[in-house]
Amino acid sequence: VLHSTRPLHTSQQCSAPVPPLPEKGGEVRHGLIPEEFFQFLYPKTGVTGPYMLGTGLLLYLLSKEIYVVNHETVASACILAVIIYGVKKFGPDVAAFADKLNEEKVASALAVKNEAIKDLETAIEQEKKEQWRVEGRSYLFDAKRNNVAMLLETNYRERLMTVYSEVKKRLDYQLAMQNLKRQKEQDHMIQWVEKSVIQSITPQQQKESVAKCILDLKALSRSAQAAA
Amino acid sequence: GPLSEQRLMDMKLGQLPMWLATCDFSPRGLLGGVQKAWSSYYDKYINVKRGGPAGISMLLAGYCLLSYGWNYQHISKISFLVSI
Repeated sequence: VLHSTRPLHTSQQCSAPVPPLPEKGGEVRHGLIPEEFFQFLYPKTGVTGPYMLGTGLLLYLLSKEIYVVNHETVASACILAVIIYGVKKFGPDVAAFADKLNEEKVASALAVKNEAIKDLETAIEQEKKEQWRVEGRSYLFDAKRNNVAMLLETNYRERLMTVYSEVKKRLDYQLAMQNLKRQKEQDHMIQWVEKSVIQSITPQQQKESVAKCILDLKALSRSAQAAA
Repeated sequence: GPLSEQRLMDMKLGQLPMWLATCDFSPRGLLGGVQKAWSSYYDKYINVKRGGPAGISMLLAGYCLLSYGWNYQHISKISFLVSI
């Protein structure tokens, strides 16, 4: 009935941490009566007041038979004895076990938190390293610019070399052509001159030259004979 | 007003009728009162880090007393011929 119409999120959102649970519960004496009762009666009746009150109440209930003593009394007495013995004997062990469970829960939560903090710290360091790397960006680009300039220079020089070799080839060709032409002209002229000379030698001239040669040869032989 | 906001234990005896007058006795109010009482008891004795036997032992003792009170009519009629 109450939960369906309860308004939610009415107060301001508060990001303060949840207050921790109290360490120990309220003080209780003999496991049954809260300490506040004893403090309440202390100013008027001192320390023994509540015990006197308890004894008087008990005797009154017994004598007036408001509390009837029957088989249930014996049964409850035995049960109470067993319960008290069990609590006194195994209480601390159970308490230690429960404490250990709590410790494990808290430790796992703490481990998660520490893990998260460590991961974030490594992330921060990596981020700082990346920021440091950014500073070296200018050097990187300078090196790249140098590389590109080098490539351009190399390419330019290669092409210059190509141009030079091509032009030289063409000039060599022209030179060879001229040489060849001159050679051919020379050969042709020599041939033509020889042919015309041979043609111009008439048989008359041939006979005269042959006789002259024989005369020369005789003279030569004579001089050779004289020398030897 | 401020009278109804204070708790029952902080009242003086003379102010008790006035406090009872300001109380809300509708079913919804009673349910709210029961819830407040239970939550204050729970937060004081049970919802702690290292509780003891006091939390539930007081509940059990209260249950014993209540059940004795409900069955008093039946218990007071002791049968005299049980042992014979």
